Amino acid sequence: MSDPGASGAGLERAAASAVGDLSHVDDSSQKQGKPRSLWSDAWGELRRKPTFIISLVIIFIVVVMAAFPSLFTSVDPRAANLDNYLKTPSADAWFGYDVQGYDVYARAIYGARASLLVGLFSTLLTVLIGSVVGIFASYAKSWVDSLLSRFGDIFAGVPFVLGAIVILTTFNSPTENPSAVRIITQVVLSIAVLSWPVSMRIMRSATLVAKQQDYVKAARGLGASPLRIVFRHLLPNTVAPVLVYATIALGAFIGAEATLAFLGIGLRPPVVSWGVMISESRDYFQAAPHMLLFPAGFVTITVLAFVILGDAVRDALDPKSR
Amino acid sequence: MAEPILEVTDLVKHFPVRVGVLFKRTIGHVKAVDGVSFTLNKGETLGVVGESGCGKSTLAQVLMRLEPPTSGGAKFEGRDMFAMRGAELRKLRRDIQIVLQDPYTSLNPRMTVGDIIGEPFEIHTDVAPKGSRRRKVQDLLDTVGLNPEHIHRYPHQFSGGQRQRIGIARALALRPKVIVCDEPVSALDVSIQAQVMNLLGELQSDLGLSYVFIAHDLSVVRHLSDRVAVMYLGKIVETGTEDQIYERPTHPYTQALLSAVPVPDPTQRGTRDVIRLTGDVPSPINPPSGCHFRTRCWKAQDICATEEPELVVRAGDHPSACHFAEERSVV
Repeated sequence: MSDPGASGAGLERAAASAVGDLSHVDDSSQKQGKPRSLWSDAWGELRRKPTFIISLVIIFIVVVMAAFPSLFTSVDPRAANLDNYLKTPSADAWFGYDVQGYDVYARAIYGARASLLVGLFSTLLTVLIGSVVGIFASYAKSWVDSLLSRFGDIFAGVPFVLGAIVILTTFNSPTENPSAVRIITQVVLSIAVLSWPVSMRIMRSATLVAKQQDYVKAARGLGASPLRIVFRHLLPNTVAPVLVYATIALGAFIGAEATLAFLGIGLRPPVVSWGVMISESRDYFQAAPHMLLFPAGFVTITVLAFVILGDAVRDALDPKSR
Repeated sequence: MAEPILEVTDLVKHFPVRVGVLFKRTIGHVKAVDGVSFTLNKGETLGVVGESGCGKSTLAQVLMRLEPPTSGGAKFEGRDMFAMRGAELRKLRRDIQIVLQDPYTSLNPRMTVGDIIGEPFEIHTDVAPKGSRRRKVQDLLDTVGLNPEHIHRYPHQFSGGQRQRIGIARALALRPKVIVCDEPVSALDVSIQAQVMNLLGELQSDLGLSYVFIAHDLSVVRHLSDRVAVMYLGKIVETGTEDQIYERPTHPYTQALLSAVPVPDPTQRGTRDVIRLTGDVPSPINPPSGCHFRTRCWKAQDICATEEPELVVRAGDHPSACHFAEERSVV
């Protein structure tokens, strides 16, 4: 009995080394001896992906735009000249002028900062709060888990716009004109407070599934600490659905910023943001579509870049898809 | 010669059954492991057999300290396993390791093989200095018959048998004294089963390991085991050496199990008496009174319902938990 099995093992070994020789073709490009992990492999994968590079370049440009808008335009976004009322795009003003005679191009450049801040920070906060609470809930005793889940349901149950109106009007009376920092913080916080239960639910259910897996049992059997299990075993396997949600949410949050600006409770002039620009264009859409199209195009391209980035990262983190 | 390394006495693991949405009431307990005692000697393999749901895997989890026992005790090298905390527990983790059943879920799909097998060294940093870990991992891969150059591959790039070898390499990393094998070959093809079992056998003689080998396949257990314990509904019903259990079984359940093993000899067809059990395994929430097996036993009499049979030597030369134990050769 043991002989055929042993020779079988020998055969398998031989076959394995043969397969190993074949696979050397693609292994040889990698530096041997360098330790590789999921993250370094993912990075190697991403570097060679055109969609990743393109989206990264777009995001880089938008970030530079947000940080140093004066690099892109010398026009003051708050210089109104009513002579230029609703002028269409020309060589002078590439994107034309809006109803106040502002240069739309300059405002779209300067608007990147507020829109990006709101979008990025709301997403970060939402995902961070949601993930931490979600992982905690899936690990906690069942009554703590129920309590946290129901607590999240309260926030998830409030319609977003209604909730944001209540929060923002409570902190700012309608006559008040809050500073840019203050209103951006408030908008970010109200979006995060109303949206975290979604990412919490995604994280909680993904963690509940992952922590039942045998490899988690094996790690516990090895004496792995809870932190190691969360960071080495659970997070890499649960991050994918949250990442997908985050990229979608980022677009939705930049849109939400526009919605709140449109309602007059979010960012408001003199703060310049893409949302504010879109909301200003609402009455002139037929007369001057360029007022809407350019800021909306900036929003679309930015959101698209983040979605593609998230998609590429998610694929790279799944060894099976390579 | 027989020096006990693991002594389990009267181990009980009950899982509460709760109902209710907000206020949960306990309406009963699943008696997964219900008073199991055995001794594992150094360098020995104890086979644990039984059909699905009889508590074999729960036993493995409790022995690995993945689940706390409800009651009972276990001594590892004479020290109480369940009282260990902190540094002592870490030491225990190094001494007892597990090989899990399903090679497809027991390896983290997002870690390279090198990371998976190297993780024990990262957790127990004192076992191997950082610089030597990579070589140790490659040695382990070599030990279990895999190509050491595959250290950067991911689990999905391996076959089931190779994955199980990776799982074995991970269990071996800390040089344990006892390995709990929780159905290590039941998810594999028969040809691969033989390879993995031979590997386990070789490792045992090379490294002086003791195994608790859990399986539902009697022939698999027979191949490796020195002693065998047969479990039914959370209890051991018969225990003895491999020879005693397979050649001279005395418990009706063991006899029924053995009679179901296919004999690979067509000329023997029809010559042996096949014992067919009727009905299902009773619910472990509400097991039958007295002898748990009486509902499916052809020998059952009144005493079986009232008095629970002890696991003692009655007929033959080894303990059997049946009031009417008698030798009967079925294979």
